[in-house]
Amino acid sequence: MIQIESLTASLGDAPILNGIDAVLPRGALTALVGPNGAGKSTLLSVLGRLTPMTGGSVRLDGADLAQIPSRDLARRLSVLRQDTVIATRLTVEDLAGFGRYPHSQGRLTPEDRDIVRRCLALVDLEPLAGRHLDTLSGGQRQRALIAMALAQQTEVLLLDEPLNNLDLAHARRVMNVAAEEARAGKTVVVVLHDLTIAARFADHVVAMKDGRIHDAGPPPEVMSAASLGALYECKVEVHEIGGHRVVMPI
Amino acid sequence: MATRLLLPALLAYLVAAALFLTWGARGDWGFVLAFRGEKLAALTLVAAAVAISTIVFQTITANRILTPSIMGFDALYLLIQTGLVFALSGVGAVSLDPLVKFGAETALMLAAALALFSIVLRGAGDLNRMVLTGIIIGVVFRSVTGLMNRMMDPSEFTMIQSATFARFNAVDTRLLWIAALVTLAAAAALMARARELDVLSLGRDAAINLGVDHDRAAKRLLLLVSLLVSVSTALVGPVVFFGLLVSALTHRIAGTFRHDVLLPLSALLAAVILVASQTLFERVLGLQTSVSVVIEALGGIVFIYLILKRPVR
Repeated sequence: MIQIESLTASLGDAPILNGIDAVLPRGALTALVGPNGAGKSTLLSVLGRLTPMTGGSVRLDGADLAQIPSRDLARRLSVLRQDTVIATRLTVEDLAGFGRYPHSQGRLTPEDRDIVRRCLALVDLEPLAGRHLDTLSGGQRQRALIAMALAQQTEVLLLDEPLNNLDLAHARRVMNVAAEEARAGKTVVVVLHDLTIAARFADHVVAMKDGRIHDAGPPPEVMSAASLGALYECKVEVHEIGGHRVVMPI
Repeated sequence: MATRLLLPALLAYLVAAALFLTWGARGDWGFVLAFRGEKLAALTLVAAAVAISTIVFQTITANRILTPSIMGFDALYLLIQTGLVFALSGVGAVSLDPLVKFGAETALMLAAALALFSIVLRGAGDLNRMVLTGIIIGVVFRSVTGLMNRMMDPSEFTMIQSATFARFNAVDTRLLWIAALVTLAAAAALMARARELDVLSLGRDAAINLGVDHDRAAKRLLLLVSLLVSVSTALVGPVVFFGLLVSALTHRIAGTFRHDVLLPLSALLAAVILVASQTLFERVLGLQTSVSVVIEALGGIVFIYLILKRPVR
């Protein structure tokens, strides 16, 4: 579980997070939604200590995040940023293998290799394990990065727009994997723009706007037409189709 | 896989070294081997230092085009040389104990390198900004050097001229020992961090996510890089494009991200190139000083090639 209290952060001189108070529950898939520029990515990168916080506190199971040594934290929390570019020429398997670095410090044991292979299978990349990343499509590369985050086997998994470039079958597959991880007792946080997907897979929704929490709670409460309309400042309709909530802008 | 790459490189180096030691040797073998052995050691040392420092520098800054020397390090070296002659006047600079001069030079270069590289590191990720920073720093250093050149005595100026190109022929033995110790220590420290370097090559965010304190690790590694560059430059003089030539070759041949292969391979390749071309030019063609010039020309061509074929992001 992650507890965030009056968290602030800036990029350069621009304040991005203006006092965030939120709880990201364990054993649940939390969808982080909100308009562009709301601070979703910055929040995730602060949680992943990629961006320094300027104030407030973050607690991971009660322990101050800033006090946890980097190497220990890497075994407990993994973060996948949006638009990650890997400059080095690697194979898919090499990249996913890096996910084991916090555990094995670069010397992969047979168990590590097993875990890597399982994670590649989860995102349907086993047949491409030996391919170099620069020969892959954007969606395949995105899945390779997700496999690396999964291979880290951390109790907290933070994914920033993991569905970027994914076709609908693979998007569903990745969301199912994320939901499965959450059911296994992990804290999974996913930034999503497709609200229908958020409504379908999330156990908890946190809506952000202008660097603040706009609304948070179970999907049926947060994902009402009125609340979403206010969040995105546009007219939104929410329909029930085949037992699933479908969010449509008009 | 590592041995498949490293073994041929090691063999090539041994062949080049054997040729260098024995080709066209006449007279007392004991003297010839001792004399040439010293030069061989100097060449190997400089080659390894340049190669390893370049590979590590490129990994930290996440680019394959810039090297420490291209980032203005050679210009800095010339500035220090010129400043020394200028400040002490020619006679003073010559009569200085070489050990003291070497130590002072290395210390100065080390301090300057750390300052220079931390500026560079701040812009890492933005290649255009880094190239511009390097060019501008180089121009500033060269301008100041040029100003001092114009203000000094013509006879003093000729002393600096010889420092403008790398000299592999006249290396002081005592300096060689110190340089060897420093280079070996720094290379060993870098090899011990080979796996950390692998992770750093993924970029800052991925490295932090995997538990490597990127900024601290990069600073520590840059210190070792500065040490290697300073020692090799103070030993023989500036070699601007050699590191680039070697790193481009190494990455092409190795085809792996693993630094426990890249680092020794680059050192061996660099040593082969330097020793073989020195053998060719000095023994076979009978030329004395043109090795560094030819290597620089080759490296310069590689630099232009890399710039032109760089994928547009």
